[in-house]
Amino acid sequence: MNDGGIIAIFLQNLPVLVVVIPLLLSPVVAIITAPRLAWAISVAGVGGAFLAAILLQSITGSIGRVTYHLGNWEPPWGIEFVVDSATSLTLVIMTGLAFLATLYARASLMSEVKHTDLGKCYAAWLLASGGLFGLVATGDAFNLFVFLEISALSSVILISMGAGADRRALSAGFNYLIIGAVGATFYVIGVGFVYAITGTLNIADLAARIAEIGGNAALYAGFGFMIAGIMVKAAVFPVHIWLPAAYGYAPSAVSSLLAAIATKAALYVLARLLFTLFAGVPDITELAVTYVIVPLSLAGIFVGTVMAIYEKDIKLLLAHSSVAQIGYIALGFGLASSASVAASFVHIGNHALIKGGLFMAVGGFVAALGSRANLASFVGIGRRMPITATAFTVCGLSLAGLPLTAGFISKLYLVRAILAEDAYVITALVLLSSALSLIYLWKIIEVMWMQPATAKAPNLAENPAIYFPLWIVALANIWFGVDASWLVAASRASASALLGGGL
Amino acid sequence: MMMPQTALLVGILVPLVVACLTPFLANRPLWRDAAGPLGGVATFIAALHVALAVQAGETPRLFVVQIAEGLAIDFAVTPLGAIFGLVASGLWIFAGLYSVGYMRGAKEKHQTRFAAFYAVAVHAAMAIAWSGNLLVLFIFYEILTFSTYPLVTHKESQAARDAGRLYMSILVGTSIVLLLPAVIWVWMVTGNLEFSSGGILADALDPKMAPMLLALFAFGVGKAALVPIHRWLPAAMVAPTPVSALLHAVAVVKAGVFTILTVVVYVFGIDFLSASDAATWLVWLASFTILSSSFVAITKDDIKARLAYSTISQLSYIVLGAAIASNMAVQGAAIHIVMHAAGKITLFFCAGAFYVQAHLTKISELDGQGREMPWVFAAFFIGALSIIGIPPAGGSWSKFILMVGAVDSQLYFVLAVLGLSSLLNIYYLLEPLSRGFFRSKVKEVTVESHPLVVIPPVITALLSLALFFYVDLFADLASLMVAP
Repeated sequence: MNDGGIIAIFLQNLPVLVVVIPLLLSPVVAIITAPRLAWAISVAGVGGAFLAAILLQSITGSIGRVTYHLGNWEPPWGIEFVVDSATSLTLVIMTGLAFLATLYARASLMSEVKHTDLGKCYAAWLLASGGLFGLVATGDAFNLFVFLEISALSSVILISMGAGADRRALSAGFNYLIIGAVGATFYVIGVGFVYAITGTLNIADLAARIAEIGGNAALYAGFGFMIAGIMVKAAVFPVHIWLPAAYGYAPSAVSSLLAAIATKAALYVLARLLFTLFAGVPDITELAVTYVIVPLSLAGIFVGTVMAIYEKDIKLLLAHSSVAQIGYIALGFGLASSASVAASFVHIGNHALIKGGLFMAVGGFVAALGSRANLASFVGIGRRMPITATAFTVCGLSLAGLPLTAGFISKLYLVRAILAEDAYVITALVLLSSALSLIYLWKIIEVMWMQPATAKAPNLAENPAIYFPLWIVALANIWFGVDASWLVAASRASASALLGGGL
Repeated sequence: MMMPQTALLVGILVPLVVACLTPFLANRPLWRDAAGPLGGVATFIAALHVALAVQAGETPRLFVVQIAEGLAIDFAVTPLGAIFGLVASGLWIFAGLYSVGYMRGAKEKHQTRFAAFYAVAVHAAMAIAWSGNLLVLFIFYEILTFSTYPLVTHKESQAARDAGRLYMSILVGTSIVLLLPAVIWVWMVTGNLEFSSGGILADALDPKMAPMLLALFAFGVGKAALVPIHRWLPAAMVAPTPVSALLHAVAVVKAGVFTILTVVVYVFGIDFLSASDAATWLVWLASFTILSSSFVAITKDDIKARLAYSTISQLSYIVLGAAIASNMAVQGAAIHIVMHAAGKITLFFCAGAFYVQAHLTKISELDGQGREMPWVFAAFFIGALSIIGIPPAGGSWSKFILMVGAVDSQLYFVLAVLGLSSLLNIYYLLEPLSRGFFRSKVKEVTVESHPLVVIPPVITALLSLALFFYVDLFADLASLMVAP
């Protein structure tokens, strides 16, 4: 594979570069004690991955599919990285948001994490990012498990870093460690079953052999374990219980990173399992989506929304809302039509923008307040920190799906996809939940903007260091609400890549 | 003469520019307050150009951006849109003047914020009027709701906040749960959302589903205030009267019935609708709304509450015309948008004038006050005549055409409904006048003179009279609306 000079080699290596750039820089960062340098290297690492993902996206747009064989071992023996339209779109979304979150991280982590921990924090940050990118890029079922563990353990470290500000972060991290480990174990047990039957771990090879072998009790068991394990990671109701505390007590920059990319990667894997790996046994996958994924998604949508309505702590509120939003994405996959899967990809992108931006803004408030952000401390904050509050409001309106924001586009395509299935009850439930989501959003907007601050409220200083990433995300929420052509087209291509027989 | 496209752009942008400039003029109240009426004049001239172009058979268009396949933000003025644009911009001139007098006279706080959101609301109304497709209409419908929220809660009291919550939950709730799926449904079956004369659904929608879709629209457009989703309108009366006058008698509520009429004429198409018999139920519901809210109006002693219920009743005239879906009936409905707007804004102006000049808010307090405020009472009289539908006031035309439309469709009970409604109107709208002139005073008041709250109602009252004689432009536009 060394014909055509350095650029060709670079392009051929893109699928693995997305993953290894952050991973390899992680140990470098770990030994650096100067936080600023550690941060700069992290930015370069995640930025490099972002660049690679953009290139991959344009390549898959023209030639469809790119593969990379680790160590030049041919599949199915060696580990293969496979990037098609669906992979590259997910990677662009994840690396892009991770890049912005990394840009944002310096100012935010500085105020929320002990200075001596910052180096380690960035090392874990790069590991988590690289692990999550790997989850998406890999074409090997066992390698996927490895990335699952890399990202989970490093995420636990990141979440626990919130202990400096609130010691509940420790129990949140521990909960995630245990529940995440159960999920990963379920997944690997499932892989064991499937390997026992097929004798292969390469996903494309697995898909082909499963299609030949057909229905089989051990295969069904493997399917169940794998799907259940990934659902834990994706925080689909009712195995979402680790998520609210994890996002709620982690440092804000970490919440922003994880909310934007962590569950998205797991949701992508869920779709891969359903539509690629197990495409050969449609009887069991159809059963799973109809009787498990769709009902659980709907339940998650309502549980998350109602919990958010009653929640007073802003970060926990946003975390509960994430459970609901994950429900929308899983619902789109669950309906398994090309329109609904495309709608899910649209929402993967838009929700990453929405939640990434919201947690960034909350981080700004937390730093200024010096305490947790809740409804009481938010009174009148709009007039005291107008720039951050406006960005928060823009992303919030997008979350509620108001016209001219990215969230509205998601809603349009999701509802259209559901209506096209003649699923009127589900349509009604989704719309109802969407109206309910306005309640928790409006609750915040009302205290932010409509109520004057009490006389004894301290002066709050905005932090200009977060303006750039925050406002990029906020404006992107508007941009993708007004010009959604690229995202919609890429999502359609992703859906047809996924449903068209896969890898 | 401006190009119609330029006029279209001007008409949509001027209110937005006024809104953006207002905060910068906070320290120059004179300039800030002049911006509204001047903006109104500019917008109205633009709207007139657009309307004349439409009358001459053109369709002024403005393409803004393609959101995705089948989804675009573009403006294209239908004859019906030209009518609504004229109404919203024309009355903004007077409402702008009036609101200066009112806000200063009543010494309201936050006048800058008020003026800014007021202009945003007008901007949204103009964009709704001239929207080229259902998506644009939906977008600005929501913007209109959100921009009026700070106006409804202007007093920042607990009562205002509660009313604001009811206002938002009904209007936004219905728009998301019912109107949005209706829009998406149309998008799904037709592939685009462009308005087109004769409708776009005739070959795309199963006629059996038409009543369902129409119901989603009728109840999704909360601003049209059909029973049982009318509660937000009386609640919104907590706002300062200029808001009730322009927005809750003209821009907001007319945006609601305009949406329904647009959907009937340009999305369903009246032929498809009448052939599929999808709107029969709506004829009955609109009739029920007309009568029941009239009865409720009689029981209200608060002037603004009575006018609010009268508005609910009058809005259903327009919905009724749309539901009958005959050539004549929809024309009557379109003209009623104009006539009711001029009449009702006059009545609200008067209600505000009673409050600002003499702190009177109840009809029972008006006893014997006629000679104290003769101009205001005279304007109220003419406004009431127009609403009732008695010549020589404009309102008689629309009621007459609506009745002809009902007879065309052999819906004779509608005649009885309209007749009974007129009788009830006479009772509850002329009561304040008889009390003002034929009873002795129950309350001594000192009348402060504020010319800016008296002149606008007098002008709009004269406008109501003029509309009886000069109805040609609107009649032309209305007949173009149903021309094949």
